[in-house]
Amino acid sequence: MRPILMKGHERPLTFLKYNRDGDLLFSCAKDHTPTGWFADNGERLGTYRGHNGAVWCCDVSRDSSLLLTGSADQTAKLWNVKTGTQLYTFNFDSPTRSVDFGVGDKLAVITTDPFMGLPSAIQVKRIARDPADQSGESILVLKGPQGRINRAVWGPLNKTIISGGEDSVIRIWDSETGKLLKESDKEAGHKKGITSLSKSNDATHFISGSLDKSAKLWDMRTLTLLKTYTTERPVNAVAMSPLLDHVVLGGGQDASAVTTTDHRAGKFEAKFYDKVLQEEIGGVKGHFGPINALAFNPDGKSFASGGEDGYVRLHHFDPDYFNIKI
Amino acid sequence: MSMEDIRASASRLGIDFSEVDLDSIRLPPGEDFGIISDDEDLKEEEELEFEAGFGNIIVVDNLPVVPKEKFEKLEGVIRKIYSQIGVIKDDGLWMPVDHTGKTLGYCFIEYNTPQEAELAKEKTNGYKLDRSHIFAVNMFDDIEKFMKVPDEWAPPETIPYTPGENLQHWLTDEKARDQFVIRAGSDTEVLWNDARQLKPDPVYKRPFWTESFVQWSPLGTYLATLHRQGAVVWGGASAFNRLTRYAHPQVRLIDFSPGERFLVTYSSHEPSNPRDTHRVVLNIFDVRSGKVMRDFKGSVDEFAIGGTGGVTGVSWPVFRWGGGKDDKYFARIGKNVISVYETETFTLIDKKSIKVENVMDFSWSPTDPILALFVPELGGGNQPARVSLVQIPSKEELRQKNLFSVSDCKMYWQSNGDYLAVKVDRYTKTKKSTYTGFELFRIKERDIPIEVLELENKNDKIIAFAWEPKGHRFAVIHGDNPRPDISFYSMRTAHNTGRVSKLTTIKGKQANALYWSPAGRFIVLAGLKNFNGQLEFYNVDELETMATAEHFMATDIEWDPTGRYVATSVTSVHEMENGFNIWSFNGKLLYRILKDHFFQFSWRPRPPSLLSPEKEEEISKNLKKYSKKYEAEDQDVSLQLSEQEREKRKIVKEEWERWISEWKQLQEEEKLERQKLRDGEASDEEEEYEAKDVEVEELLDVQEEVISFD
Repeated sequence: MRPILMKGHERPLTFLKYNRDGDLLFSCAKDHTPTGWFADNGERLGTYRGHNGAVWCCDVSRDSSLLLTGSADQTAKLWNVKTGTQLYTFNFDSPTRSVDFGVGDKLAVITTDPFMGLPSAIQVKRIARDPADQSGESILVLKGPQGRINRAVWGPLNKTIISGGEDSVIRIWDSETGKLLKESDKEAGHKKGITSLSKSNDATHFISGSLDKSAKLWDMRTLTLLKTYTTERPVNAVAMSPLLDHVVLGGGQDASAVTTTDHRAGKFEAKFYDKVLQEEIGGVKGHFGPINALAFNPDGKSFASGGEDGYVRLHHFDPDYFNIKI
Repeated sequence: MSMEDIRASASRLGIDFSEVDLDSIRLPPGEDFGIISDDEDLKEEEELEFEAGFGNIIVVDNLPVVPKEKFEKLEGVIRKIYSQIGVIKDDGLWMPVDHTGKTLGYCFIEYNTPQEAELAKEKTNGYKLDRSHIFAVNMFDDIEKFMKVPDEWAPPETIPYTPGENLQHWLTDEKARDQFVIRAGSDTEVLWNDARQLKPDPVYKRPFWTESFVQWSPLGTYLATLHRQGAVVWGGASAFNRLTRYAHPQVRLIDFSPGERFLVTYSSHEPSNPRDTHRVVLNIFDVRSGKVMRDFKGSVDEFAIGGTGGVTGVSWPVFRWGGGKDDKYFARIGKNVISVYETETFTLIDKKSIKVENVMDFSWSPTDPILALFVPELGGGNQPARVSLVQIPSKEELRQKNLFSVSDCKMYWQSNGDYLAVKVDRYTKTKKSTYTGFELFRIKERDIPIEVLELENKNDKIIAFAWEPKGHRFAVIHGDNPRPDISFYSMRTAHNTGRVSKLTTIKGKQANALYWSPAGRFIVLAGLKNFNGQLEFYNVDELETMATAEHFMATDIEWDPTGRYVATSVTSVHEMENGFNIWSFNGKLLYRILKDHFFQFSWRPRPPSLLSPEKEEEISKNLKKYSKKYEAEDQDVSLQLSEQEREKRKIVKEEWERWISEWKQLQEEEKLERQKLRDGEASDEEEEYEAKDVEVEELLDVQEEVISFD
């Protein structure tokens, strides 16, 4: 079907997130306002005004009441999804790069960038049921990895935290003690910085995308490398279909390296791969710049992509898609 | 130290040698315990170069012997002579004297570079200062060599014959596959093109094999690599072994003779004096023995082509080989001359070059010792431009054609030497623009008839021209607009053998290059550069397109030597998408390999077929009979392949199922805990809600209106 073009951002997209019901889509961009959209027709629900820098990441609570956003203005903010009011602001000493609610939405993991001599960090915050009781205290701070940590997510039962970043290593940390439990193998792992990390719906495995032009599928508990998907371009975004055994990789030439030649030169396509056989199934073209964000609707019948071009494209699959055989 | 020695000393010291893991031994840095590493061989070679550190010193003999008073005057004279040639180092002129201060009749001169020294030697050896003093100049390094010449001649030792490897072993491949070499990153790799398995099959790989590029010899026997010290050829039955080395410092370019008997190497050297031109050194080696057959040295200007100058640098190859695969002649163009050498003696034929006033370009027939040369218009059009064919070694002019108001000519030989096409760009009457026509020579016919061919639209620009290899047809891309036309012509059709006739024109193609299959009949019409790698596979027998495809950003296209496959590649001129595709002759993509920093793709050439033309005809007539065997084989392979593929998929799927079931189980086990985390919210699953279509009807307004029917 023709994709729905959602033009609400003035700067490149950074992150996309569906709520659990799949009726809302939240988008973050380098302009300062995260935006909520209706996922079926692409109408705008509203914007969340208050950040003073690029917004890098967001997460929405299970009941779709809370939105957590992380921004380059050195804050992470909690919002009321419905009204768009700011509920709480977490202040940091450096830009926040990624946010993720734990199971039960009582915990959140927030990563901060290396900044002015400060090293990057993974911080765990408690999220109060009533925003009035919210405190900014970190229950746990993890440090160690070199360079930016581009993504950190919760493992099963909030027992572990999985992180990946510029040093191209995936790490599993104990979320109680802060101990480093596992590191991805140098040989098998990524060769260049990890740009994105996305969990499966049941949180048993996850996929990581890297600038080394590949994406890898890992077991969440053992950090066993299950699959590798190789492509021709640096991977900026990855997503897994909750319905079929498909994964989508998005990316393209680095924005600064995009030349004035044919837009095809950049390969700004969302590429579909068979999750099990690791073979390419097809691609969805359309963006005029690298794809920075990808998200699957939880029903698996549509997906959204956000690009350096500032557009969100909402794709509802044609019936043919569900009968692809390779 | 050999392995035996090590074992012996180990047993002496009471060490169980089999327990020792040799790889775990690490020597302290900078310490080798007297063990020579395998690379030592290389180091020694380099040292040899250092030894020749006196290479920039010459010895000048036969100087006048003068007393002390005249010393300075003589020194001044010598300095004047020799500083013209190059920069003499400070204190670089030394004239020894005896105890009375009388000179001894010789002196030493040290230059900045060995090249200058060599030039000085060449230029002044035999220089007449006056009647009784004729300079004898030698390289300082050579003196030692001359001293060592034994007084008595000793017969050279005969080295016993050791049978070499079969250098053409690759031709005996059971599956009749072809090889190619690729260079990506620091690795150079030779691979089989296993089209049946849809993947390449590795043969030999070596990192840092060459310092610039690699090149196959024309018959595919050797692979040549370039290094700082010279060129090396590799070959052999199973692996690529080093066969012969050709010393030529800073070699830049190489060229094999068509029969691969000789190798021409080229280097150009920066002059120490920036006002001088670059010095050029060319060596011609015998490929098998590695001996220098002849060397040429001089300034760039002497080797620049095209008489009239203006273009700096040397156009490669400097020497063009003629006379087919016998490697009998080679020639180069100079100012107003063409110098043809023969390889018996490596001297000019008849001891002199062919004088051709103002000659611009020449080319050899690929099969016969015939030269075609082009001379542009002279005297403002008073003397017409001319293309002539010259027979070698008789230097007899076979045919000549005068052409008027010519701006440029280009010559294209057909691969059998049957035809020569000369593309002639002529000025229009206003002299403001040019238009193009062709002069077609039928070399093998009596008196060499010439035919003029002009395109239907005279103003069309010619973008590309190509003869069908071994055939009678040629293809031309022409047109002015961004989508040019492509026309095919035949030198002889069934009802018209003596005249050229047009077969067809296909209009509006995105193409700018033509690649005929080496076997003829098929052609790839390619749109490289701004056309982004459009490919059209065209059958010229049937005059129909077999397939169109695209290899985005493709930079190079090469047919395999049998004409069965086509390789298209994106080399590192582009940052992205580096790698190559292999296509079948009819445009089916067989496989695609991506490699970052991809520099070079080159098919290994094959020697010409040993079958007689009659036999070849017979085979193509009874192709069905012959191909049966291969078809069966192909089918077996493809069956096997799909079987393998199915098997592989099954395994992969099973493995995945195992993971899934494990995850399910874990998920089940953790269910309760997860519920607790969610404050008792029971469901993991999403099925708790269902979508309902609710129709709401709202009555907005009711109006009654009477409509009357007529």
